[in-house]
Amino acid sequence: MTTQEFTMRDQFALTTAELLDQDPRTALVLADIGAAQFPEAASAHPDRVVNVGIREQLLIGVAGGLALTGMRPIAHTFASFLIERPFEQVKLDLNHQGVGAVLVSAAGSYDWPAGGRTHMAPGDVALLDTLPDWHVHVPGHPAEADLLLRHAVAAGDSLQYVRLSVQQNREARPIVPGRFLTVREGARGVVLAVGPMLDAVLEATETLDVTVLYAATVRPFDAAGLRAAIGGRADVVLVEPYLAGTSEREAHRALEQLPHRVLGLGVPVAEHRHYGSLPEHLAAYGLDAAHLHARIAAFLW
Amino acid sequence: MTSEATRTPGGFDELPHLISLMTGDEKHSPAANSTLDALWVLYDRVLKVGPATVDAPDRDRFLLSKGHGPMAYYAVLAAKGFFPVELLPSFGSYDSPLGHHPDRLLVPGAEIGSGSLGHGLPLAVGTALGLRAQGLHAPAVWVLIGDAEFDEGSNHEAVAFAGAYGLERLHAVVIDNSSATHGWNGGIAARFAGEGWSTATVDGRDHEELYRAYTAPHPGRPHVVVARTEPKFG
Repeated sequence: MTTQEFTMRDQFALTTAELLDQDPRTALVLADIGAAQFPEAASAHPDRVVNVGIREQLLIGVAGGLALTGMRPIAHTFASFLIERPFEQVKLDLNHQGVGAVLVSAAGSYDWPAGGRTHMAPGDVALLDTLPDWHVHVPGHPAEADLLLRHAVAAGDSLQYVRLSVQQNREARPIVPGRFLTVREGARGVVLAVGPMLDAVLEATETLDVTVLYAATVRPFDAAGLRAAIGGRADVVLVEPYLAGTSEREAHRALEQLPHRVLGLGVPVAEHRHYGSLPEHLAAYGLDAAHLHARIAAFLW
Repeated sequence: MTSEATRTPGGFDELPHLISLMTGDEKHSPAANSTLDALWVLYDRVLKVGPATVDAPDRDRFLLSKGHGPMAYYAVLAAKGFFPVELLPSFGSYDSPLGHHPDRLLVPGAEIGSGSLGHGLPLAVGTALGLRAQGLHAPAVWVLIGDAEFDEGSNHEAVAFAGAYGLERLHAVVIDNSSATHGWNGGIAARFAGEGWSTATVDGRDHEELYRAYTAPHPGRPHVVVARTEPKFG
């Protein structure tokens, strides 16, 4: 994890402004959060950049209504208010109406530790797993966010979730949306690092003989990619920057024909009543390189 | 449709018979009937949409938000030829497109699926915004809600925003049969008026009053028609 000046949200503003210029089907819906990032887009496209105020049920309802008229809505706010608070709107105003949208979140799990529990939504991906047809992208770098946002917006009328974070990897990887990428090859198991967890996973496994897969798209889960990475041992560790174990079921399903073991690492479900900094929270959750090394080594050896 | 050429043979007097073809929804039948006149006048005289134009980009949209008690809605859609009258007796059965709450993917002519309360008005706001963004300024967007449904906070998000935004092509019909548990002190129309909407409160059984309220000009503002009916009409 490094703290570059340029964040995924900065990239989101640039990419979205360009998409609004290029594609008259696109519309951006905001609920105050993020509105300050789009002054030029809002004046260039007053009918397609809509800030509904602090009204998150309306945020998703408006996205659904826009899609009913054939537009491609992009809705953005913090994950707590994009997925959790209006979850029934996600279920009914998007899924049930049979329309698509691109939901782009920020501050999903632990981006603002000093903000506390009210601004943390580590269960967002698990919640979307209760609904059909969602594509979930977790970029690990602004350049990946750019690629995945363009992919998501261009993907017809499908349901796409792009989870942005302030935590990011030092370098962008040559990702293909929907496919896991092999970053390192080894013999004693597979560690699947999701999005911004990659750098910590690479550091944690530097001295371990394991394959490291990188996932910037987690739904649909690239089951074939995981199976192809399995060598002699079907032992898999998932390292996810949201609720621990979120992708365990997907991993089990991918490996259902093999005797296998899966360890799911991520943000614990228990409330963590501390403030402080992002590194402090990663350490407390066991998601920094030192803890990851110990947990992965204990599981695979 | 308003023109005689596209008017289908079914008339208002036929609706009670059509409703009687649907059975098994006793719980919702009072609500179904409270919407009957308001729905009929809309589909018969106001909405520019018909069976031939259900996919036309410039059609008027009607969103039934109060999905409880959809028998009157189904009867009106059938009378107007959106689907065959023969479907009505299947109401609520396994293979029927006609559920006790409507599903837009199953019911020809239904703009939204509804049932959970408080979703139609926000969807209607988005629909009005989407039409405007595409330069489609003629189509009207209508949404029907109930006075008890108005309890849901999502409605108030939509009412405040639409008023502030001056969404002129947005229209709401509130069927007020005094079923809200705590009532609306000072009336429902006041909630809309306070947010800048044009409002009219009429007898929800009087077709001429409904028609005049539906067609009243409201430049620069969204418009609500509060249609009052007898409490929990059976």
